[in-house]
Amino acid sequence: MSWHGFGRFLQSYAVLIMIVLLMAALSLMSDSFLTFRNLLNILNQNTPLAIMAAAMTLVIIAGGFDLSVGSIFAMGAVCSAWLALHVDPYFGLLMAPVIGLVLGTINGFAITLLNVHSFLATIATSLIFKGIAIVISDGRLIPVRMDEFTWLGRGKIGGAFIAVWVMVIFAVILSFVLTRTTFGRRVLSVGGNEEAAILSGIRTNRIKIATFAIAGLAAGLASAIAVSRISMGQASAGTGMELQAIAAVILGGTSIYGGVGAVWRSVAGVFLLALINNGFNILNADPFYRDLTTGLIILAAIGISASGRRR
Amino acid sequence: MEDGVAIHAEGIGVSFGGVPVLSDVTLDILPGEIHGLIGENGAGKSTLGKVFGGYYHASTGSLRVFGREVPKWDPPTALANGVAMMHQELQLVPALTVAQNVYLGLEHQNWGVLHRNEAGRLAALMRSSGFELDPNAVVADLSIADQQKIEILRALARNAKVIVMDEPTSSLSKDEVDQLHSSMRSLRDEGRTVIYVSHFLEDILAVTDRVTALRDGKFVKTADTAGESRSSLVSAMLGGGKTETPYPDKVRPVPGNPVLSVEGLRTSTGVNDANLTAGRGEIVGLIGLVGSGRSEIARAIIGADPAVSGEVRLNGARYSDRTLAKSARSGLVMVPEDRRRQGLVMTMAVRANMTLPHLKRFSTAGTVKAAEEKSRTRELIDHFRIRPASVDGDVAKYSGGNQQKVLFGKWLVENPAVVILDEPSRGVDVGARERIHEAIAELAAEGAAILLISSEIDEVLGLAHRCYLVDRGRTVEEISPDDNTEASVLSALFMHQATKTEMASS
Repeated sequence: MSWHGFGRFLQSYAVLIMIVLLMAALSLMSDSFLTFRNLLNILNQNTPLAIMAAAMTLVIIAGGFDLSVGSIFAMGAVCSAWLALHVDPYFGLLMAPVIGLVLGTINGFAITLLNVHSFLATIATSLIFKGIAIVISDGRLIPVRMDEFTWLGRGKIGGAFIAVWVMVIFAVILSFVLTRTTFGRRVLSVGGNEEAAILSGIRTNRIKIATFAIAGLAAGLASAIAVSRISMGQASAGTGMELQAIAAVILGGTSIYGGVGAVWRSVAGVFLLALINNGFNILNADPFYRDLTTGLIILAAIGISASGRRR
Repeated sequence: MEDGVAIHAEGIGVSFGGVPVLSDVTLDILPGEIHGLIGENGAGKSTLGKVFGGYYHASTGSLRVFGREVPKWDPPTALANGVAMMHQELQLVPALTVAQNVYLGLEHQNWGVLHRNEAGRLAALMRSSGFELDPNAVVADLSIADQQKIEILRALARNAKVIVMDEPTSSLSKDEVDQLHSSMRSLRDEGRTVIYVSHFLEDILAVTDRVTALRDGKFVKTADTAGESRSSLVSAMLGGGKTETPYPDKVRPVPGNPVLSVEGLRTSTGVNDANLTAGRGEIVGLIGLVGSGRSEIARAIIGADPAVSGEVRLNGARYSDRTLAKSARSGLVMVPEDRRRQGLVMTMAVRANMTLPHLKRFSTAGTVKAAEEKSRTRELIDHFRIRPASVDGDVAKYSGGNQQKVLFGKWLVENPAVVILDEPSRGVDVGARERIHEAIAELAAEGAAILLISSEIDEVLGLAHRCYLVDRGRTVEEISPDDNTEASVLSALFMHQATKTEMASS
């Protein structure tokens, strides 16, 4: 394999290699790590983040950034809890992704109509969404202790949590959309060379709006799972998740310059971040080092990604 | 050794992506002269200017500056040795003042705290050089001519002894050109050297002391300007024995009504009354100097830029509210000039690039039909002899010629009726160029109407059935390529250019 090919290979599979190495190390260091139960738990705990990271992949491939998904998550959590209490629990769960879709679409229009970088626009909308969530919840927790509400986060089908199934199905659909559909092609072209895409007759603004709408939908769906699991909605939910989702996408080797990336690798990126956390827990390591370790690993991943870009 | 030589260039050669643009150029630039560099589009005059300024690295040959051999030569080194470059696109910070721009990077300071005395320093510099500007004016508010003065002052502030000016007059009015010329003369009278790169022969004849002509990247001659005329310079630029590249035979176009007709087209991008027609099987050339608005005409026809007035007809039917998607559906496509920026998505495979504008045809219910996509891509790879011949090839790693073939192929996927080709063979190797020329002729023989735009007059004359001369966004004359030579076309272009300039100044 040529040196260049090796760089490509690393960029694509670095996340898998790191997962394998980390799993090997952890299973040597602790007996309680490599059990079906522990692994399933790790997966289950991180389904909301994985769903958000999967959708964030499309945004980043199209050359954008969405810093508002954490706030959309908060809106979804507060609204679905409120609707569950005051209207109907099933309706509450259903509305979270719908609200997310609407907010994400608003993001898309803000970016394309104002013609500003998505980074700036979503910082602003992030504050707006979070602010509305605080107003709706009146700054309080909204507890929803109903089985009709908590099944999504806690229930199991065929030995695995429903939430895990939802996440897997969502990621597979997005993967299919990116690799097999005309929409996916257009997303890749917008991020790869927007001017060439425009001259190919592609309405690039529509494509961008769609990626933000999908990111919003995903944040809403993720919030439905999370709020159902802890049976409580609150406006502070989702804080910092946008950065974790972006970190996972980058860990997966998706280029922050757009044009290149894969959904499954972002999900693997979430799993890698989760393994680091889990490792600290089961080894009883000093949690003060957790952020430091995570940061160093992300930095290494960005380095690999950047070296693949330079040609 | 050579005393009294400002820059001695010996055997300079430059190539981009394996394509030579300058080869074995040897010349002397003398101190205290205005030295013109002329040549056709693509002859290498700007490239040579940028080699002097340190912006391009010469792969062969050497430079000696004021008698000193310079092994490493980049913009900072050039400046340190007294050679400054004034670019076609001025490199000023619009939000800063004149004085701040002139002394950018040369500010007097202690521990990073500025003395803020640039305006005073500039006043002294202006007194000694005779250039007048308000030191506290903000650059964004000034005219291009004044901004050029800032660039000159900037060079003087760095004590430049040689100033390279790359096409400085392309966006100036007649008065501003005269101002610039008198600036050049005063620089010369102080003993400084000006290297003046331009395709405006009148300007070169008006102000330079000596002139060097380049042709196809090679040195032709250096002569005293006083002994030259427009016709002598044109023939130097074109040469007697052109390197003959055979063009495919012209097949007679199908008689009948035009497929494409354009009337009175105007845009805010510089198209000013474009009129043309193209029929089935006809190759129609657009010839003009750099900046004449050829590409802008194409962009307006295809719907990439909105038109202010005028109309486009396809098969006699009026085509208004043009968009790129609508044009592609009606079989009107354009192969853009810049394959890296406008043409290909370098992060995608060959087949994804080929079908990008045609995804509707290669999909059912939004899902891409990979098998059909691959088979059509395979056909076009074979047609153009694209190498490597892989439908999933990484186009970013292809040679310029093969990238250009992919780009051409991309727009032939759906057998279009009208094809606009903008610089179809720019920066490609000889083999690819030949194949592209054949493909253009074949495409016409199959009945497509082709609008061909190229900076290489020779290429247009060799391929087209009819040509239009374009000057400042206007189609000024229709000519027959078979009754014309490169020299006659070029002098016609310069003539149109001169009449317009006089009209503008009166």
